Amino acid sequence: MPWAMATPTRTRGFFEALFFHVGTGFWGFSCGGLILALNGKGVSVTTLVEPQQKIDPSPSQMMDWYRQMVLIRAFEMRCAQSYQQQKIGGFCHLYVGQEAVAVGSIAAVRPSDYVITAYRDHGHAIARGMDIHPLFAELYGKKTGCSHGKGGSMHFFDAEKNFFGGHAIVGAHIPLATGLGWAAKYRKEDRVVLCYFGDGAINQGSFHEALNLAGLFKLPIIFMVENNGYGMGTHLHRASAVTDLKLRTGDAYGIPGKDVDGMDCVAMYRMMVAAAEYCRKGNGSIFLDVKTYRYRGHSMSDPQKYRTKEEVAQYQEHDPIGRLEKQLKDAHVLDDKKVTQISDEIHARVEAAHEKADADAYPDTADVWSDIYANPYGDYKL
Amino acid sequence: MPEIQMREALNQAMCEEMQRDPDVFLIGEEVAEYDGAYKVSQGMLAKFGPMRVVDAPISECGFAGLGVGAAMVGMRPIIEFMTFSFSLVAFDQVVNNAPKVRHMSGGQLKVPIVFRGISGPGQQLGATHSWTVDALYTHVPGLKVVCPTTAYDAKGLLKTAIRDDDPVIFLENESMYGLRGEVPDEEYLLPFGKADIKREGTDCTVVAWGHGCLTALAAAEKLHKEHGIEVEVVDPRTLRPLDMPAIIASVQKTGYCVTVEEGYPQCGIGSEIAAQLQENCFGYLDNSVIRVASLDVPMPYSKPLLQHVLPGVDRVADAIKKAIYFQG
Repeated sequence: MPWAMATPTRTRGFFEALFFHVGTGFWGFSCGGLILALNGKGVSVTTLVEPQQKIDPSPSQMMDWYRQMVLIRAFEMRCAQSYQQQKIGGFCHLYVGQEAVAVGSIAAVRPSDYVITAYRDHGHAIARGMDIHPLFAELYGKKTGCSHGKGGSMHFFDAEKNFFGGHAIVGAHIPLATGLGWAAKYRKEDRVVLCYFGDGAINQGSFHEALNLAGLFKLPIIFMVENNGYGMGTHLHRASAVTDLKLRTGDAYGIPGKDVDGMDCVAMYRMMVAAAEYCRKGNGSIFLDVKTYRYRGHSMSDPQKYRTKEEVAQYQEHDPIGRLEKQLKDAHVLDDKKVTQISDEIHARVEAAHEKADADAYPDTADVWSDIYANPYGDYKL
Repeated sequence: MPEIQMREALNQAMCEEMQRDPDVFLIGEEVAEYDGAYKVSQGMLAKFGPMRVVDAPISECGFAGLGVGAAMVGMRPIIEFMTFSFSLVAFDQVVNNAPKVRHMSGGQLKVPIVFRGISGPGQQLGATHSWTVDALYTHVPGLKVVCPTTAYDAKGLLKTAIRDDDPVIFLENESMYGLRGEVPDEEYLLPFGKADIKREGTDCTVVAWGHGCLTALAAAEKLHKEHGIEVEVVDPRTLRPLDMPAIIASVQKTGYCVTVEEGYPQCGIGSEIAAQLQENCFGYLDNSVIRVASLDVPMPYSKPLLQHVLPGVDRVADAIKKAIYFQG
């Protein structure tokens, strides 16, 4: 992968710095080999979590992830097309390139665990098992949408699947994750919270307030920064005084951090198995700096002048889907014929869901008055 | 009926609801070990323990958001803001998350949360600590806004707020915590959207709530004593939903209306009431509606200046006289 292969001949040196710690196997503040990261009680947090390298996902599990990732990408490519056709309005942020993050992480937890994310939420919704028809319908503003056409691209929800959005204000949902974690802890439920956000969110006050509360109350939350290097068009180096992001949580809030290769679904899964186990044992929260990359712009209206085509191509060479495909081929559970078959099958499924949603009815204008209050006038009986 | 302070009434409401429903918890700055900055939560830590009466760090955005997240999965948090002036640090959580999650999820989620604390100018606290947030929050669809005037109202409305499945802004007033009022021993709830006639009269309707209602009642008493003017004081008790039918009914009787609020006049609650009156009962009005509010300036520190800015008894009484063309 590009950041691991970094050589002095590369011109874009900031990427080497950004991804320098990947695979070095420690987290916390390193100073001349001495690991200084401490939790709130002065105990080293650096040895608490290691990825579960011994866990080998079965070929059928990996095939499932492969299908999910192909589905997410096909869904997103159809979204790009639909956006250009003006079937989708507003903002639309595509997940292309980041598929392994949602798929590998959600695969490692239970349906009873809580998931909450930011506005680039299509991938998480699909990985959480939401049907794609109500997602297309939501994007097209139809009554059959998962949020009745009230939410749009940035607000996918599925309460039954414990998927709590889809939140559009950068960083504003991170405190909500502490509430989900608080509820689980208060009710003594065996649940963990998966909270995703981009590297653009880590400089918001809400992030820091939430991380402090999570550390203070020892809430069972896995905070995942999907670090794709850019907050909209601003590179991490131009936004964060410290770019090794786990340093911003370990010493500060007693929440251990770990780097993960978010372009590798298996690595993501192994890390998440360990992280979830850590949280379930009542140890508190974990922070994962997930190195990933988005191939498309920040949103559909992004001309991407802040990066070169070569940079994008370099990451695409290490595509998470291609990588898993190779692993499956090496294990002789996938071949070219099957790849084509899966691709055709999924593209047909995506096309069918799109067409159905496209033909669905818009909400009635009277529907603007619904879904606002549970109880508009009050029904209060003793 | 026993007479108790408003702070005790609020304390009783929270304790009763916490005994009734294990999903209710209180979180805020100094609510537990300190017994509450204004002693509203006095004794609650001992009764319910640290998981249900929770000291939060000074981190309004954080703990307000924590409350919203917990409410999304069916808990019923009571968020105490030491003052609603500090809620502005958490404004995004209060106006963007709490009242919109239900809508954006197409009705899949509910957010049964109460944000409560003091609103209003207080005692010479300067511009940043003196916010009257009534209008700010009443502007937001998805929120409900409650502002009690008496201990009785405070208890019944807070119990209703805690049981309500929607986010509720519950506005208290520092100078009213110690006021005593009759509160029955038996349990009761008060409905939202139902005004209370705090004083009956035939000559002029005054719409006022919270601390402004006390000022209006004092002005009504003064006019009664000095001039025999009989003012009807209508206390809407909740600003969203707002009981316009009750206000309209009173104006149809008196023909005149004055609104009193401690917030600002521009886009204030009084502006909304005036607009709705002219839209819905213009023919009954014998004069224009007069708004009495704080002067349109940041709250000053100096005592005489602050008193000049706030709507006092004389200013309200003068407005009523003007409204009814009183010569004398």
